[in-house]
Amino acid sequence: MKSIRRFALAILLAVASVSLAADWISPANYRTQYREVPNAPPSKQHVLGTDSLGRDRWARLLYGTRVSLTLAPAAAAISTLIGVLLGGISGYLGGVWARLAMAVTDLFLSLPWLFLLITVRALLPLNVSPYASVSITFLILGLLGWAASARVLCATALSLRNSSFVLQARASGLHGARLFLVHVLPNLKPVLLAQFWISIPVFILSEANLGILGLGVTEPLPSWGSLLRELESLLSLHQEPWKLAPLLVLVLVVTSFQLVLSNEEIAT
Amino acid sequence: MLATALVAGLLAATLVRFAPGFDADESALDPGLRQESIQALQQERSGEKHIFAFYRSYLRNALHGDLGSSRSLEQPVRSLLHDRWRVTAHLVVVGLFLAWTLALGLALSSALLQWSPYELLGTTLSGTALCIPAGVFALLSVLLRIPGEAVVACIVYPKIHRYTRNLVTRIYHQPYILSARSRGVNRARILLLHVLPMIGPQLAALAGISVGLAVGATVPVESLLGLPGLGQLAWQAALARDLPLLVSLTLAITLVTLLANCFGDVIAEAIRTNEA
Repeated sequence: MKSIRRFALAILLAVASVSLAADWISPANYRTQYREVPNAPPSKQHVLGTDSLGRDRWARLLYGTRVSLTLAPAAAAISTLIGVLLGGISGYLGGVWARLAMAVTDLFLSLPWLFLLITVRALLPLNVSPYASVSITFLILGLLGWAASARVLCATALSLRNSSFVLQARASGLHGARLFLVHVLPNLKPVLLAQFWISIPVFILSEANLGILGLGVTEPLPSWGSLLRELESLLSLHQEPWKLAPLLVLVLVVTSFQLVLSNEEIAT
Repeated sequence: MLATALVAGLLAATLVRFAPGFDADESALDPGLRQESIQALQQERSGEKHIFAFYRSYLRNALHGDLGSSRSLEQPVRSLLHDRWRVTAHLVVVGLFLAWTLALGLALSSALLQWSPYELLGTTLSGTALCIPAGVFALLSVLLRIPGEAVVACIVYPKIHRYTRNLVTRIYHQPYILSARSRGVNRARILLLHVLPMIGPQLAALAGISVGLAVGATVPVESLLGLPGLGQLAWQAALARDLPLLVSLTLAITLVTLLANCFGDVIAEAIRTNEA
């Protein structure tokens, strides 16, 4: 199992390194159009062919991977931070605060995730610059995806609140923020990290879903979601298999994330 | 439960109200309309600007069966929901049936057979399905001519399978199961008499949660497959910023999800009480 996890981690590192080096290894910019060869099949010049606007698919895949792999962890960091602020602190405070936090969390969890996501994304401006759209998309993921983390962190903080070492620290005169920062927060760290890692593949898939529905990152900036939209024009799996390249990379990355996370961490 | 649904409705209404471009009205650009008509339309919409007043009057009318009228589709919301709920209900019910049959079948049979290649097959299948976005399933289903119900099943199945498999594996490692196995008790007997009763409450709770998952899956499936259900309606309402329609849909979807969760919890509690 350990070797599989190492292999998955190596894949993640390799994909991340290649995408980060896109500026150097990409044959063209993601915006560059080869108007004389739109919808071209794979060739020496264009490894994965070109799209309907004549843009190099390999270049777009490299840049799209970079966008998704950079911003999904950022969104996961935001959601985990909100989870700590809302779930961790309210769990530590206990009583009414914990109940209130749980009620708000239940409210968010009662709405189907994708429904909530498309509603909020569609309500924000759609005709914005590509960089604004990518920021809005991942910011929404981070701002709305905190509920599950908050619930787990609240439950963990509640159990820590009543643990013997916290009671002892309290009896020694340690209270408030200092007690939370010195004794509770370090013990929340493993759960926090697990929640962070779990959120990344969830956000990658959510961005892909938004992109497919036309609510993700806007053109010409590529992301896995916007690249997958091309599957709409897929005529046959046998005729144009190279169009499945973004899907294969996405599945590879998300599978690697799932394998890196052990069963114990997922259960947490 | 009702309070949660009402707050969710208010949340949706507030989001729409404060969305950029809420005040924009395409009808104002219609050259065929006179100034008086445009003013009348704006007057009609002015009630939506005060969110609490709008929501109060919406709820008052909803109690009398009037859910308002959709601005984008120019039809009463009630008739829109009435016309479309059957499509979504059919997708959800059949999709859930297929997903549960496949997930339970694979998880329980792999526990029964205890054959690692078979278990690997189930895990790989659910693991791969878990890594594919719901929208891709919908897009590929158009190409492969797969019905929407099967797509919903593909989206929900991996989550059910993964949870059930973990649950069954955990129970199989309990000392009393190990003891029964060491005494040579039949595998099927262990599964039927010792494992299934233990996982019953958790599966009942999961059944409630899976309804929410299936309802969520209907949004991309109906939107991309062009099925006229509530998921497609939610999609259209969100894009058109149709406040009355969006609030009604949020209330309906939240109520269905909460009811399913509560129903699952009640059954789980009933099983626990029965066992005790």
